[in-house]
Amino acid sequence: MSLDEYTRREFKQVGTRVRRPDGVDKVTGRAMYGADATAPGMLTGRILRSPHAHARIRSIATSAAEALPGVKAVITSADLSVPEDEFIRDVQDNCMARGKALYDGHAVAAVAATDAATARAALKLIKVDYEPLPHVTDVDVAIRPGAPVVQEGRALENVPAGMSANVTSHSEFGHGTPAEGFARADKIIERSFRTAATHQGYIEPHACLASYAADGKADLWCCTQGQFFVRTLCSAIMGMEASQLRVTASEIGGGFGGKTTVFIEPVALALSRKAGRPVKIVMTRDEVFRATGPTVSTSMDIKIGMTSDGRITAGEAHLRYSGGAFPCGTVDMGGQAAFAAYDLEHVRTFGWNVLTNRPKEAAYRAPGAPQAIYAVESVIDELCQHFGLDPIDVRLKNAAKKGTKSSYGPTFPDIGLVATLEAAKKHPHYSAPLKDGQGRGISCGFWFNFGGNSCVSLNVNTDGTIGVTEGNPDIGGSRASISLMAAEELGIPYDRVRTIVADTSSLGYNDVTDGSRVTFAVGLATIKAARAAIRLMCERAAKIWGIDAEAVEWKDGAAVPAGPNAGKFPPMSLAEIAAVSFETGGPIAGHHEVNVDGAGVSFGVHIVDVEVDKETGATKVLRYTVFQDAGKAVHPSYVEGQMQGGAVQGIGWALNEEYIYGADGRLQNPGFLDYRVPVASDLPMIDTVILEIPNPGHPYGVRGVGETGIVPPLAALSNAVSRSAGIRLCELPMSPPRVLKALTGAG
Amino acid sequence: MKSIPVSTTINGDPYEFLCAPDETLLDVLRNRLSLTGAKEGCGTGDCGACSVTLNGRLVCSCLVLGAEAQGAEISTIEGMADGDELHPLQRHFIDHAALQCGICTPGILVAAKSLLEKNPAPTDEEVRYWLAGNLCRCTGYDKIIAAVQAAAAEMRGA
Ligand code: FES
Ligand code: FES
Repeated sequence: MSLDEYTRREFKQVGTRVRRPDGVDKVTGRAMYGADATAPGMLTGRILRSPHAHARIRSIATSAAEALPGVKAVITSADLSVPEDEFIRDVQDNCMARGKALYDGHAVAAVAATDAATARAALKLIKVDYEPLPHVTDVDVAIRPGAPVVQEGRALENVPAGMSANVTSHSEFGHGTPAEGFARADKIIERSFRTAATHQGYIEPHACLASYAADGKADLWCCTQGQFFVRTLCSAIMGMEASQLRVTASEIGGGFGGKTTVFIEPVALALSRKAGRPVKIVMTRDEVFRATGPTVSTSMDIKIGMTSDGRITAGEAHLRYSGGAFPCGTVDMGGQAAFAAYDLEHVRTFGWNVLTNRPKEAAYRAPGAPQAIYAVESVIDELCQHFGLDPIDVRLKNAAKKGTKSSYGPTFPDIGLVATLEAAKKHPHYSAPLKDGQGRGISCGFWFNFGGNSCVSLNVNTDGTIGVTEGNPDIGGSRASISLMAAEELGIPYDRVRTIVADTSSLGYNDVTDGSRVTFAVGLATIKAARAAIRLMCERAAKIWGIDAEAVEWKDGAAVPAGPNAGKFPPMSLAEIAAVSFETGGPIAGHHEVNVDGAGVSFGVHIVDVEVDKETGATKVLRYTVFQDAGKAVHPSYVEGQMQGGAVQGIGWALNEEYIYGADGRLQNPGFLDYRVPVASDLPMIDTVILEIPNPGHPYGVRGVGETGIVPPLAALSNAVSRSAGIRLCELPMSPPRVLKALTGAG
Repeated sequence: MKSIPVSTTINGDPYEFLCAPDETLLDVLRNRLSLTGAKEGCGTGDCGACSVTLNGRLVCSCLVLGAEAQGAEISTIEGMADGDELHPLQRHFIDHAALQCGICTPGILVAAKSLLEKNPAPTDEEVRYWLAGNLCRCTGYDKIIAAVQAAAAEMRGA
């Protein structure tokens, strides 16, 4: 890990609330999102989807559709090759079923036609001969031997023999001997939990425009969190060289992890190749719910032992996650995250991934962590209730800190959990009086944070302005943060920097906008690209002054002689150096390419007050406060925005959101009317407290902030409901009917 | 299906178009008139991303037929700024970081403007209930409410 990047400094611009550079475009309707692009001769693509949860596809007859006037291409999986790489093959098979439809909504064929009405009519003319097969959508049923098998032969060697073929992988993390720890506990609580699959719920459906030319080159425009990864997947599926496929990321209307893979892009490319014309595909909301990535559904057993003064003696978790019809490693992250907030001598987690006839999981904000941490934080809260201990004190007593050997292996460097808990404890929210029937809950949250591959080019224009070229779609203000960091390092005003997001032909590879990595990793690359440009500018000044380059340093946006021996020259500003650059050696630019390490883990603590309506079972959120360590908040408003947005997604997950499958294996609520995300009138203001414990792995101390915020709400709400209504639910969401049932059951 | 000729006014400008009888106003705006500021988040009236006003009334344009625009006055996000002068709501949305991805923003701005025309001094709760039909998945609404209130205050001259 690179833990020596950080040096303390006074910031002039980082930490200010500047206007984002894409703001005007986005408040005037000018910004171009996935569905907003057109091309000459463009066709409309549409996809036929399986009505069955599980069915063998005996045959697909497309000739009637092909014969319909206006239809220019029809494809099935037969039009795609079979990639050797298993991961790519799964992605492709999810985009277009091969042999079997594995879930309700699985794509089986696609058409491109001159307009949407013709395309829709053509879909009706495609005859698919299905042989329905027994299906399974529940993780606890799918894991049993004898359950319908979703896919044969997908288990890794680490899965013991004798289990259902739906179990595809097993993982184990931890240290110590839990049995020893449990023997020292004054109280052990064991509980089983279930959480429903939820959807990322971005408001912009997936959309793309593909244009495949006769010479084998192609252009793809799409809303994605990672144009470079889209290129990797699509070029592999299409059998193209990466250089022949240029992917441009549109503005993106939300992703939260759900736009880190492809669903329609290879289909549009294949249709375009066959039709010889550009093809645009825009998903309907129904398709988004049925056929893009929700998160995993889970079933978990948690066992925790505690002494009467609140020390956790041991923790154990058994996690069964289902990422739908394809193997999925999300349970590993759940197993690693479950106890990460605590300094434990004895801890062990066991994870199992289980196939079900549900759509292939896609990442959703801190994938795998909210579920496991919900279960752990619920049991810790119950132990606090049992002993009558303060829930923050107990967490402080057990909190991981610098030097703690984490439950998943690494030893923590400087982390912010204790400071975050202390801030929560002394905040007025925590001591505010509650009325009868109201309850307060808290929970910790954790996320690893990623770094990853990042490239930045920084061009010094002759008028003294700066163009920053980076490769990660701006999903919530990252252009502003990156411009701020460039301006800070160069010592020039923020508005002299313009940051743009490049297509895949204009910059080296950038990992996906995920893992809360962009402000951290792309920011680091930007600072280093700026330093490279500064070195060049110092050289140019040295040349002009006729002194050694080493005798020049950069201060407040200008080259100055370093010390009295260097000679007496007035500072030469960036603009002055840039203006004469053609005479001093040519254009000036800096660039930096790196696989960034040292992301720095992130912790958060949430406090929530609720009131449960005992007549209806509805839970009203009365007050909410988020505490989170941001390392350094580059643009505090967008840091708060991440904390607030994550919290509200978590509130939705805790209270209402769930994938509901019928006995027929079909999704019963594929729309915003029945899959209810939080609306403005459901919520109070979401207060935020940003802690700044510098991340040693970043020059400015920045940590990713995007994901941790979704982790604590699940348990915080459940703990608050328990204290408001006197019932402990072990299943999410705590929807009104479920709460009502628990209330009646509790008498 | 025979196309229907429609004459209408959008953001004060006259428009004429042909549309299919079952074509939504949203599809007409986006696909025929290149007014792509209104977004389709659901197509079923559940998200508000397609909000426009029709004869002064706030509607989901995905639930209105193109043919219903005949003789009507329509306002969309593209008509909200006065040239390069942003509407106070637009300005305060930027200043308050009330958008993250921005896909909900056009619909929310149109809806908020329509609220402030009827009620220049709404309570937070009134803003929240008025905007309950406009989903935002990114912000948790906090900064949206703050931005609407700041714009309302400025527009009242407070
Ligand atoms: S697109 Fe009209 S309400 Fe969602
Ligand atoms: S800003 Fe993304 S949906 Fe509202």
